[in-house]
Amino acid sequence: MTTDIALNIVLLSFMAIVGLAIARLRNLFPVAMLTGLYSLLSASLFTLLDAVDVALTEAAVGAGVTTVLFLATFGLTRAREKPVPRSRTLIGLAVTALTGAVLVYASLDMPHFGAADTPVQEHPLRDRYLNQMSEEIDVPNAVTAVLGSYRGYDTLGEVVVVFTAGIGVLMLLGVAWHRPRKPGKREQ
Amino acid sequence: MMFLVAIIAIVVTMLMILVRALLGPTVYDRILAINLFGTKTVLFVAVLGFLNGRPEFLDLGLIYALINFIGTVTVLKFMQYGDLGWEAASKEKPDV
Repeated sequence: MTTDIALNIVLLSFMAIVGLAIARLRNLFPVAMLTGLYSLLSASLFTLLDAVDVALTEAAVGAGVTTVLFLATFGLTRAREKPVPRSRTLIGLAVTALTGAVLVYASLDMPHFGAADTPVQEHPLRDRYLNQMSEEIDVPNAVTAVLGSYRGYDTLGEVVVVFTAGIGVLMLLGVAWHRPRKPGKREQ
Repeated sequence: MMFLVAIIAIVVTMLMILVRALLGPTVYDRILAINLFGTKTVLFVAVLGFLNGRPEFLDLGLIYALINFIGTVTVLKFMQYGDLGWEAASKEKPDV
């Protein structure tokens, strides 16, 4: 498991480097691509932590859809960040530090990684899910069985929310009327 | 042991690609670097599956490869047309 820990450290430091680079860049076009790289890194990290379904979502949403959405937005606006006055940067730094501190404080309440005495390990429903799943649902994957059947109404609600949001965005945007720009304009 | 060496090699390559993606003088360097990084992620996930003795997650690597391809094509299309080509589609010449 030393390998896993070493890989965790390496991936997390890569993510930190990419995050700092994103914060430093002023041209937003490389930023959009670097966020794609960032989410590929976090998808690798999720795979390392055995959260394969999360990794799949992260790669599809983060690296795929978000990059496309960012680029589509740059087609409508400018791909360059406006300079921000120093005072507002300091306020932003303070808010970020405060939020980070609150999150770190909240994480102290969480059980340790791989701890045996968490609700996930001890709750009676866990045995039910893991042992009777094959008879009740007949799906090989426990996560799929919980999401698709035991918590089916919850998932249905989520799907409805996402669908409504998609329809709302489409109604707001309408049909794209804008003109295409001249080719070859995009250079660093 | 073999997979361990492989994953160390992949991580080292990732580091080198990361340097290129961050320094990259032109935007094409970055595009190439990020495309390569996606490929390295595919390899990373694949080797990690074998390293942990659970190679069932190889299809995750396949999905990553597909997403990586879509991302690169989008970026290049945006570079070419300055747009994702809604209206330009009717005017432009076919690719082949």
